[in-house]
Amino acid sequence: MSAPPPRLAVHDLKSDLAGPFDLELAPGKAAAISGPSGSGKSLFLRMVADLDPNAGELALDGASRAAMSAPDWRRKAPYVAAESGWWRDRVVEHFAPEQLAAARAIAARVGLAAELFDGPVLRLSTGEKQRLAIIRALVLDPPVLLLDEPTAPLDPASTRQMETVLKERLKAGLALVVVTHDARQAGRLGARHFLMRNRRMTPA
Amino acid sequence: MNPISLAPLDLAIAASLVAFDAILSVVLKLRLHRQVLIAAARMVVQLVAVGFILRAVFAMHNPAATLALVLVMSAIAAREIAARPEQKFKGMTSLGLSAGGVAIATVVTVGLALLTAIRPHPWYDARYAVTLVGIILGSVLNSGSLALDSMLGGVARQRPGIEAQLALGASFHEATFPLLRDAIRRSLLPIINQMSAAGVITLPGIMTGQILAGLDPVEAVKYQILLMFLLAGASGLTSFIIAFGALRRLTDDRQRLRLDRLR
Repeated sequence: MSAPPPRLAVHDLKSDLAGPFDLELAPGKAAAISGPSGSGKSLFLRMVADLDPNAGELALDGASRAAMSAPDWRRKAPYVAAESGWWRDRVVEHFAPEQLAAARAIAARVGLAAELFDGPVLRLSTGEKQRLAIIRALVLDPPVLLLDEPTAPLDPASTRQMETVLKERLKAGLALVVVTHDARQAGRLGARHFLMRNRRMTPA
Repeated sequence: MNPISLAPLDLAIAASLVAFDAILSVVLKLRLHRQVLIAAARMVVQLVAVGFILRAVFAMHNPAATLALVLVMSAIAAREIAARPEQKFKGMTSLGLSAGGVAIATVVTVGLALLTAIRPHPWYDARYAVTLVGIILGSVLNSGSLALDSMLGGVARQRPGIEAQLALGASFHEATFPLLRDAIRRSLLPIINQMSAAGVITLPGIMTGQILAGLDPVEAVKYQILLMFLLAGASGLTSFIIAFGALRRLTDDRQRLRLDRLR
């Protein structure tokens, strides 16, 4: 019997700006990418998320990205940028009503007060925004998650809380790709560590 | 009733009011006197030139000459619309979008007026066609440039929010529809204001001109109402075509936000 396909398969992914990249992650596995600023870490995540023009073979549990609509692909492999984006005035408006209960439950676990959901985005701190942006992706219950410096604006305690939630998702089968400047974070998440230099990625 | 003809001396007396503005600028050190005088001189030259051109084109009774004049006027309007926004597309996209919006809005509204309301003989009579196109283009220029500026500026400013939605699986339409709505709404405000104020706060220029030229006020009002409807339609058509077209050009077959297509 042949081996099951990887949860996330990236082959020969490239653009005019970066690559080619290859990466395979089985369910429950994580990859952590570090490297100097401007080396192409965010570009790589954006290309996997199909937010920038790119070419290459990508698949999710054997299903080719080319055969999926872009929104379908991104719902299954959501990307959270290092600087979170917001498009409504109030926090609660960024969640579908059916996602709110799950979002509030995760928020409580990562140290966010319940009343933040009812307030304006303008009053959020950078760290609160970042955690809520990750929660927006987690409530989709995606098989793949792409996080760009998810804990950079967080204090050590909040970082541990977020990592605990992520490790639980990994245990449940999530494939995680995370860009981080914290080399120890790769170890805590049990991730394979990669180095990005000159827009090429190599094992650390 | 014959219109009261204006002699050059009449205009010269009125020009003293412009001189007053210039003197005001000198006294208050506004540094605007040069601009006021240049703008006034430019206005006189432009209008006198257009008066002679219109007289010549009206006298020709030649559809080709009428069409040529309409095309030149439309091309200038399209160029102005493309040039106004702070954010611009690379290449000729802005000009192409503007030309499309101007052409469709002008043909539809002027065609409707000529074929159903005014019905001159022949229908392309330059006296009516060129005049209507001129009035419509003023409104099209306003709404078109507002729509393009709102659309491109809004997308550039709200990039993080749009991309955050796309990254969570929203379609490009879902992520950008509020911007499209805002751009069209903003570009319709001038004509709404114009219609609301007409006859109460302002006497519209066309109507005033016709009354001064000797037309019965009620007849002048009918023309003004027709024109307001045409302007409203032209504003809506132009802003929708330009804003929607700009949005289409800012995405691709994978529903990405393609800000790399802007300068």
